[in-house]
Formats: sequence, structure tokens, C-alpha cells
Amino acid sequence: MITGRTGDWEIVIGLEVHAQVVSQAKLFSGAPTAFGAEPNTQVSFVDAGFPGMLPVINRVCVEQAIRTGLGLNAVINEVSIFDRKNYFYPDLPSGYQISQYKRPIVSEGWIDIDLPDGETKRVGIERLHLEQDAGKSIHDQHPQKTYIDLNRAGVALMEIVSKPELRSPEEAGAYLRKIRTLVRYLGSCDGNMDEGSLRCDANVSVRKPGAELGTRCEIKNVNSIRYVVQAIEYEARRQVEIIEDGGSIRQETRLFDNSKGVTRTMRSKEHAHDYRYFPDPDLLPLVLDPKLIAEIKAKLPELPDVKKARFVAEYKLSPYDASVLVAEQESAAFFEVVVQGRKDPKLAANWVIVELFGALNRLGKDIATSPISARQLAGMLDLLENNTISGRIAKDVFGFMIESGKDAATIVAQRGLVQVTDSGEIEAAIDKVIADNAAKVAEYRSGKPALFGWFVGQVMKSTGGKANPAAVNEILKKKLAG
Amino acid sequence: MAALTDLTIAAARRGLAAKEFSARDLTQAHVDAMAKARGLNAFITETPAQALEMAGESDRRLAEGDAGALEGIPLAIKDLFCTKGVQTTAGSKILTGFVPPYESTVSQNLWNAGAVMLGKTNLDEFAMGSSNMTSAFGGVKNPWRRKGEARDLVPGGSSGGSAAAVAARIAMGATATDTGGSIRQPAAFCGVVGIKPTYGRCSRWGIVAFASSLDQAGPITRDVHDAAIMMRAMASYDAKDSTSVPRDVPDYEAALGKSIKGLRFGIPREYRLDGMSPEIEKLWEQGIAWLREAGAEPVDISLPHTKYALPTYYIVAPAEASSNLARYDGVRFGLRVPGNSIEELYENTRGAGFGAEVRRRILIGTYVLSAGYYDAYYLKAQQVRALIARDFTEAYKRCDVILTPTAPSAAFAMGEKMDDPVAMYLNDVFTVTVNLAGLPGISLPAGLSNEGLPLGLQLIGRAFDEETLFTVSHVLERAAGFTARPGA
Repeated sequence: MITGRTGDWEIVIGLEVHAQVVSQAKLFSGAPTAFGAEPNTQVSFVDAGFPGMLPVINRVCVEQAIRTGLGLNAVINEVSIFDRKNYFYPDLPSGYQISQYKRPIVSEGWIDIDLPDGETKRVGIERLHLEQDAGKSIHDQHPQKTYIDLNRAGVALMEIVSKPELRSPEEAGAYLRKIRTLVRYLGSCDGNMDEGSLRCDANVSVRKPGAELGTRCEIKNVNSIRYVVQAIEYEARRQVEIIEDGGSIRQETRLFDNSKGVTRTMRSKEHAHDYRYFPDPDLLPLVLDPKLIAEIKAKLPELPDVKKARFVAEYKLSPYDASVLVAEQESAAFFEVVVQGRKDPKLAANWVIVELFGALNRLGKDIATSPISARQLAGMLDLLENNTISGRIAKDVFGFMIESGKDAATIVAQRGLVQVTDSGEIEAAIDKVIADNAAKVAEYRSGKPALFGWFVGQVMKSTGGKANPAAVNEILKKKLAG
Repeated sequence: MAALTDLTIAAARRGLAAKEFSARDLTQAHVDAMAKARGLNAFITETPAQALEMAGESDRRLAEGDAGALEGIPLAIKDLFCTKGVQTTAGSKILTGFVPPYESTVSQNLWNAGAVMLGKTNLDEFAMGSSNMTSAFGGVKNPWRRKGEARDLVPGGSSGGSAAAVAARIAMGATATDTGGSIRQPAAFCGVVGIKPTYGRCSRWGIVAFASSLDQAGPITRDVHDAAIMMRAMASYDAKDSTSVPRDVPDYEAALGKSIKGLRFGIPREYRLDGMSPEIEKLWEQGIAWLREAGAEPVDISLPHTKYALPTYYIVAPAEASSNLARYDGVRFGLRVPGNSIEELYENTRGAGFGAEVRRRILIGTYVLSAGYYDAYYLKAQQVRALIARDFTEAYKRCDVILTPTAPSAAFAMGEKMDDPVAMYLNDVFTVTVNLAGLPGISLPAGLSNEGLPLGLQLIGRAFDEETLFTVSHVLERAAGFTARPGA
């Protein structure tokens, strides 16, 4: 909901996500798909649209689409049709893109997205279809010429179309994050937005709550979740301003300029292409054996929603913590190693979410490239749980681990960080603090119990943090009582 | 002994095996004939050096007892088949300079069987035409002429170069393709045999596409036996063509000489057109009589949607063509006419590269697929197409094969019908239904017109039942005893 001069406006958003299918070969040719190769080195004659060349469907890509459709709780269509979408562009060698128009491989599904207030919202999925990616036009290498790189031409994409059920830029962001999580779990797309493996078109319109749908604009090819949120935010405000100024929205395609944070016209409806879709006569209808669908279903990994529910039930985590942990399969797996056999799963979750993720974030690394393993973190938590080290020391030990990649036990031994639980040693330290601070002791005893914490701090400081905090509390309380 | 160029493939095969002559002798004779008959304009590209080299290889294999089914047989290849290292034009300026780095599956099958390539034959541009007059390389002359007339006639199209080369004894056989009649009509016009097999029988991989759901390759030869030999070598299941059908290819020669006693052949009443030339009518009656004499039984059948076949074809084929030909954009291969923008480059290249007929069909195809027209034209045409196919399914409950004329007339003069595309399209009236239904059809020469020109009869079979076509056409061939030859 956004507030304009004439009151509140509801934003209506539908997203089209283009997810590059994880597959060694392209959708209709045997050419490889690796990212970052020299231009035009991963191109077959099929991809280059040479005369007489014919497409042959890649089974792996079909299986990935089925897998993804199942992950989207969607209907897998046993018969689907490939169509040609005709338009001229230099990076579209055949003059048509092979896509699915009227009969996609997947239709009617849903996902639950996590909202900031901890609630979830169910968002409908209209369809998922397979299509070819285009090549790349490079305009900045020559004053007059455009260069073409066909490496990406023919790579398989899954276009995942949501229903127009998203109502805020944040929901759109949450939806995208969820799609990304899901396809990464399924292994059907690497979700890498920097390399363009996941791209998004956003259809945005505004209306007064309860009113008819407004005219929409489509924002093309936004390549980060942050930009999608920004672009929708900007676009919705732009539309509200136009309508409130007495204007009307023109249906058009717009581009997001991320340097300026604005959307601008790419082409208006009058200039929209007539794609002249028709079934590709080079390809038979795609007919799926129900057995294949069942096989793929049986082999699906535990998906994020199920995993999240399990984390809440099994480890008594908050839904929020659980959703953070399951966002990446690797994080969830990491956590499950750390938490194994532990009395306090919540503590383990905190260490992973707050300390480890914080450290990785600072280092610009992710869980896969983490300097410490899940077993190493578990080893540290063992020392904490058996009182070898205190919570405070644990943070220091963790810092050293991140720096050096060494085990906690090694660091504790080398640096002499073993926690002092010997009450004699702690008593001596307390006695010294009490003796050195007679004035404070008097103040405490005259009715300022809040000073207790200050005494604890002094004792910890004097023991270099190694004293067992519980023992310190207990002995200090007795001694201060006089 | 007869001239080497007069031999059939079957006879040449025997001669080679008996070492009566070498493959090089045989090829040299045809290379010489090709040079001598250049006036026909049957070839766009001649490859005599390659032919002799391949013939040498054949002689080596023959000597080693390792001969293939077409070992040492000199063939012509329609210039719609991509041939590795040899310019392939599709009869169009837009492919200027295009030398494929790959070999079409069908031609590769022929080379694997030991055949020798003489060159690439002329054709209507992108196989769009019934006269060979739309070729950017000029029309082909039919080796036949009307009695007592010097006027050049068309060989039919689009495989006019292939049909003319076989009729003129330049090649022993030739590859051809048929989208609406492009094998059968030129075969009829040139007095030779041409078979379009069932859709999916031959791989389309490496053949420049015209209309993908209709295009099929097949051979043109001088007799039915040769067609059976060549057909078997050309056909194969090919995983590179998703529409190719995984079925074994039978030994078609084994179908020759079988009795047709008791066979029922259908005579579709809708093929008796108003105003059909009496000599075509007479030829058809003669065909019926020959089959009857051989013990077969005529059955009156109805193919009620026949009258919609031509309009359906002229929606479906251009629609697919408009999309298939989008790749000729001057960006990656072939002709490029520069411009100040990419749109200008497209317009200049395609404007200069495509001839009038191709442009006409791209326009029709683009129109029928446009938003707002798709349902009325393309979708409707697909529905009618299904009805046409159903007509045949129904008919084959009552008969085993269907007999019709191949074309409504004999060959016409070069330049005729050029200003009337609809009259030109009518050439396909008996042949397009077969493509729309995906069935096999064969044309064989069965008689001469009053003007001394060859006339063809067509047999249409059930899907994948080319064998019956060979059996029955072989019977007709013997009954017809067609021995006339051009230029006699």
C-alpha cells in the first residue's frame, strides 16, 4: 500500500522469472553452456541458425523443468507444445525463439513466501515453460558495429510466471528470494543473478483498494533482488503520480536504470512485436511418461518449507531463525552438522546465524567458502557446553578460528584460554576486586544492587575473561553480601 | 552395348559387378554428358573432379569386394541438400557464397552406400515453384519438346533440375524434395519416376527448410526398380531430426514383381476436375484398365475435403516458410547488403536476396500468422488438414492404394503462367493432399500427350507402405511400356 495525495493505493505485481536451467548442453543442441567462455566458442550450427539445422530436445532440461514444477507444487502437463516466437534481432539467429506459448510443460502451482512479520503468504504460480535464451549483442566495442556473442543463444531457460498476487515491493523481493532458494535446492538453476542465471520482469499496476485492476507496465530484465524492489517502488509511485495528476497509464515495456533508480520507456504498446506464435513444426509435442514424473518426484530433496517446519518442530527454533537457515541448502546442512547431539539447538542456531553469517558477510564469503567447517564450529560449541571456555572467550576463539581456520581446541590450548572454574582462583580474584574498590562495595551495600554487574565485569577483566561466569556470580554475590 | 548413360542403376550395378566397365568409366560418361547438356541449365554447381575421385574410391571398394548398394553410381543432388565443402544455394541469391561445413543426412547416406556426386541441381528458389522458373540461376529447360515445336518447356518444379538431369541421361538418379508435389510433378513433366516417401521416412537434417511439416526427400530415377534401390539408401531414422520416424527401412526391391491380384485400388471421385484435359482423363482410365487386367479391383472412393487442399496448403506452407526463412538476415552467412541500421541491413539483404515468389510467400505466411488472423487462417488450415488426413484414413478402409493423375497437364512452355500465381499453384492440385496427409506418393510415366509429352500417373499409399507403391507402380510400368525418350 502506498499513500498518495488522494489516499491509499494498492500495488499489484506479477513477476516473470527467467531461470537458466542447469544442464551441460543447450535446450535443443549439444553445445556446452558454461559461463564466461570466449565469445562464440560454445555455438553449434543449430544455435547459429544455419540452413537445414534442426532442434532436438535435451532430456535433462525437460527433467529440470519437471523437477522445478514439482517444487512449485504445480501441475506437470503430460503433453506440452513448443512454439516459435518470431522476431528479428541479430542475437536471435533463427529469427524465432523456441518457447512454449499455449501449452506449457507446467501450470497452476504455488509457493509460500516469508514476510518480515514472520507470517507466510501463498502466491499462485500461473505457469512454467521452457524456452531458448538469445545471444548477446555487444554495442560498445566499435563506433558503428554491433558484435554478437552466441554462446548464450539456445541455452535453456525456465520462465516462471506468478499470478498478479504480490502486493508490495517487499513481497516481490521475498517471492524472488523464495524462487531462488527453491531452484537452488532442486539443482535446476544456480540462481546466480550476477551471471544472469536468474533474471526478472515485473508487471506493475496500481489501483484504489478494491477497485478494478489498473493498466500495467512491464519492467524488463532486472538482475538483482534489490533492483527489483527499487524498480517496483519507483514504478508504483510514478504511476500513482500520473493518475493523481489526472493522467492515465500507458501500457508499455520499461527498463530499470539502476544508476539513477528510475524506470523509463523501452517501447510502447503500439510498437509491441507481433510474435506470430505457431507450433514449431520441427518438434513433436513433448509427451511425458507419468512414470518419469513419479520417478523425479520420488527423488526430490527435502524442500525449504518442509525443512523449515522440521527445524521449528525438531529444534524448537523460531520460524524466522528456521527460515534464515533453510534459505540456502548448504546453510541448513551446515547447521544440521553443528546442532547434532547438542543440548541447546537455539544456541547452535545463534552461532550460525549471528556469528558465522556475520563473519562471512564481513569477509565477502559464503557458506561454501567458509574458512571453518561445520565440524569445527561444533567442536567449539562442545568446549562451550562442557565449560572449557566461557561465552565471552568463545567469541574470541571463534574470531581466531575464522582468521586461521584452526580448530577451537588448538586455539584454546595454544593461547591458554581454558576457562577458570577453580573456585579458589576465582575467590582470590574477587577478593582482590573487593579490596581495591572499598567505596563501590560500600555503595552496593547501601542499596545499589545495580552495581553488581560492574563487579562482575571487573572480575572478568582481571581474569582475562576466563572465569566461569556462573561461578563468578555465585561467589561474588556471597562475598558482597558480606 | 548400350551407352553407359542409358543404363539404369540396376543394370549399371550388374555391369560394375561383372567388371564390364569401371566406376570411373561410368562417371566419366556422365561427367561428359553433364558438360554437353549445359544448355539445359539443370545444374547450379558441377563437381566433376570430386565425382571422378569418388568413382576412383568406388573402384577400389569394388575391387576389394566391399561395394555398397549404390557403389559407383553417379547421382545429382538437388541444391537444397547441404553438401560439405560444396556451395549450396537453394536456388537463391541470398545464400551467395554459402559453403556448408556439414553434409545432409540423406546425401551422407548415399555416399555411405558408395554413390558418386556429379553436382548440385537447379531448383525453384527455396523449392517454391512448379516450373523451376523462380530459380535465381534461371529456369531449367525440359529435355522434352512438343512434337514439331522448338519452344522450350519447363521441367516442372521445384526439383526441375533433378528431373531434367535424369531424363536427359546426365545422372542415373537424383535426390529431390517434395513439399506439395516437387518430386512427382517434375518427374511427370520429364517422363521419369519420382517418389515422395511418408513424412518422417527420410531425415530432413541438412536440407534447407521450406515448410518443415511437409518437406520430404525422395529420389528421381528412370524406372521403378531404380527408385526402390535409391529410396532404400536415402531413408533412415535420424536422431538429429525429431520428426524422423524410428522404423526399419524395408528392402523395397523385394516388393517388385509381386502379384497385385485382389488388391483394391481407390479412384477418388473428387479428383475428376471440371475441365480436366481429356488426355489426362484418358490416361487415368488406361491406368485403371491396366491394374484391372493385373487382377486388381477398382473402388470408387471419396476424399471429400480435396477441394480445400490447395488453399490449406497455401496457408500452411507459406506460414512455415515465413518463419523458416527468417534466418536469412545477412548477419551470419550468405548475402549481406549493408545499411545504416540493422533494420536497413535486413531490408536491403532480404530485398536483394529473395526473388518475387519467395517474397510473395513470406508475405502470405507472415499475414496468416499475424495476431487477429491466426485463428481464421493458420488454425483453420490445420483443422482442415486434419480432415484431409482423415479422408485418407477413411478411404484406406476400402482400398489399399489410390490411383490418380500426377498433374492436370503436361509440361508447359517457359514463361507461361508466370503472371498468374493461382494458375501455377493449380499444378499441385493432385499432389498437395499427399503432403498434407503425410502419405507416400509415387509418379511414373504412363503415356504421351497428343503433343508427344510425357504424362504421369500417381499412386498414393498408406503411411509407411511404400512397398505397395513399388509393387503396384512396377505393374503399371510394365503395362505402360513407356520407352519414349526426350530429344528422339
